Amino acid sequence: MRVIAPQAMDTLIRLLSEDGYEVVGPTRREGAIVYDRVHGLDDLPAGWGDDHAPGRYRLWQRDDQALFGYVVGPHSWKKYLFPPRETLVRVHRRDDGGFETENGEPSPPRRAFIGVRPCELAAIDVQDRVFLGQAVRDRAYGARREGVFLVAVNCAEPGGTCFCASMDTGPRAKSGFDMALTEVIEGGMHVLVAEAGTEAGEALLQRLEPREADDAERRAAERVWREAPQRMGRAMPTNARDVIARSLEHPRWEETARRCLSCANCTLVCPTCFCAQMEEVPDLEGRVSERVRTWDSCFNGEHSYMVGGTHRTTVAARYRQWLSHKLSTWHDQFGTSGCVGCGRCITWCPVGIDITEEVAGLAGGGDS
Amino acid sequence: MSARRPTLAVWKFASCDGCQLTLLGCEDELLAVADAIQIAYFPEASSAMAEGPWDLSLVEGSITTPHDAERIREIRRASRHLVTIGACATAGGIQALRNFADVEAFTRQVYARPDWIKTLATSDPIAAHVPVDFELRGCPIDKAQLLEVINAFVYGRRPQVPQSSVCEECKRAGHVCVMVAHGTPCLGPVTHAGCGALCPGCHRGCYGCFGPKETPNAPALSAWLEHLGMKREEIVRVYRTFNANSDTFREESLRHERDTDHQG
Ligand code: SF4
Ligand code: SF4
Ligand code: SF4
Ligand code: SF4
Repeated sequence: MRVIAPQAMDTLIRLLSEDGYEVVGPTRREGAIVYDRVHGLDDLPAGWGDDHAPGRYRLWQRDDQALFGYVVGPHSWKKYLFPPRETLVRVHRRDDGGFETENGEPSPPRRAFIGVRPCELAAIDVQDRVFLGQAVRDRAYGARREGVFLVAVNCAEPGGTCFCASMDTGPRAKSGFDMALTEVIEGGMHVLVAEAGTEAGEALLQRLEPREADDAERRAAERVWREAPQRMGRAMPTNARDVIARSLEHPRWEETARRCLSCANCTLVCPTCFCAQMEEVPDLEGRVSERVRTWDSCFNGEHSYMVGGTHRTTVAARYRQWLSHKLSTWHDQFGTSGCVGCGRCITWCPVGIDITEEVAGLAGGGDS
Repeated sequence: MSARRPTLAVWKFASCDGCQLTLLGCEDELLAVADAIQIAYFPEASSAMAEGPWDLSLVEGSITTPHDAERIREIRRASRHLVTIGACATAGGIQALRNFADVEAFTRQVYARPDWIKTLATSDPIAAHVPVDFELRGCPIDKAQLLEVINAFVYGRRPQVPQSSVCEECKRAGHVCVMVAHGTPCLGPVTHAGCGALCPGCHRGCYGCFGPKETPNAPALSAWLEHLGMKREEIVRVYRTFNANSDTFREESLRHERDTDHQG
């Protein structure tokens, strides 16, 4: 077991920048931990924690200098791999009546993600299946995903809306990272336990000059890994897939629709939701047209617009679409759950609708 | 472009001119607009006035007098397409607060000769008087959406103006939700997109300038606003701004007013 000092994060960020990466990671802004460019240790949210409850998020000041003492914020890495708005292609009309096309966006930068939580690694894996694992590969997603360097951080203190343990996606990362860190703080001890997941990760770790953990550090790290799964704020009922598949006519959909705003926040904060709308944006002269892809959601009427009109006209139908796609039909479509248990849809639902409570309610075991 | 450019007219009723100014504010695009479409009647911009009929009429403002009600019928007759721009033309505007009050009592208070005043009891959206082809929301309207509507008209296609929530624009922009993270009341979840989530981007709650979104659930939002500590009379006020007279906001403010009355 090897450890580095928390200050080594400064070196890590600098080395990755020198290697040509655009380094993005957690930083504090507008009363939340968001993902943005980070240039050194000072940009990381040292000493900040986050409180999560349905429809409620607050930062608080910790009594230590933990760099990763929060869970997840409103952003996810999706915003880099599947950006909210991108021009896919630009079409020019030639004078002879023909067309010429060009790629909509310049080549993406090679990015390093710092502080990727285990549930987020799982979410990236889910989106990889969606965008790269199908008959048609999404070129733009592939170009952004290819060179990404992933520095994961295992969770020591899961949040109030987290349920990764019941989705088997955390709180400790098993694979899918270049380097994984576990922050260990106990008494006067403050170290980052570092593991390499790839050769590139090992090479970077070597340059950080790690040392072997001593006995106390080793015991403290093992305690973190052992105890974190016991500290989940929530749990997803184990048979969610079947519960939903046999609840399509359940009265609860209507009940939940009375509370649901169909605002789409849950789908937009969800790190796996991939729905997008395409727009053709022509100029006024009729010479150039851009095909623009923006985030969409099954909570929008237009999402189910087909010949003849919108077919999911009620909020109940839309809420059912979201829940049944995430937890049930996603399995049929992509061979995994569409939910990784990050809790964002619970925290960032403006009226605190809780996906785990909804499933429990459908199962008949909830306090509905 | 084709030999004959379609003609555009811009009309004003009870309003502040802000939405028309959005067209003039299209500095970079104005030349392209003028190339694509002949701006034939636009008193705000030019004293030259061509005769109708017009291919496209943009109508700003609400109907508040019997004379307005007559004039909008004439404009409709002389226009192939009629598009309303802004909250006044689409929902009655801030002046529709009169719809919740006794206008006659106002005129008696304000004017020396109330019998000279010919005004309607309500401030009405244009669609209450004549058929409307498209309603562009906002107080004021968004420049990019206005250009999209004109572009769509020129090419004979449906305007791409999403009816989803402000929350969707807010999340796409990467703003931190002011309601969840700060406890600030926000109308974004029931409000029609279009502004790009301007206010949440400035750490303020959404004021509802674009009116209700498609499938709005105002009662559920109001219940949460109460949970955040808002009093019922404050809830009445948040729905009574530029789109006070839109069906959803009107019903929601009236419902809370009734309940406040019951509570004494
Ligand atoms: S459904 Fe909710 S908890 Fe599951 S991955 Fe999406 S945002 Fe996270
Ligand atoms: S849950 Fe809804 S928004 Fe998310 S991927 Fe499925 S259909 Fe799309
Ligand atoms: S569940 Fe919550 S976040 Fe999702 S659409 Fe409904 S109100 Fe919005
Ligand atoms: S700040 Fe307002 S508009 Fe933005 S997500 Fe929150 S509730 Fe919606």
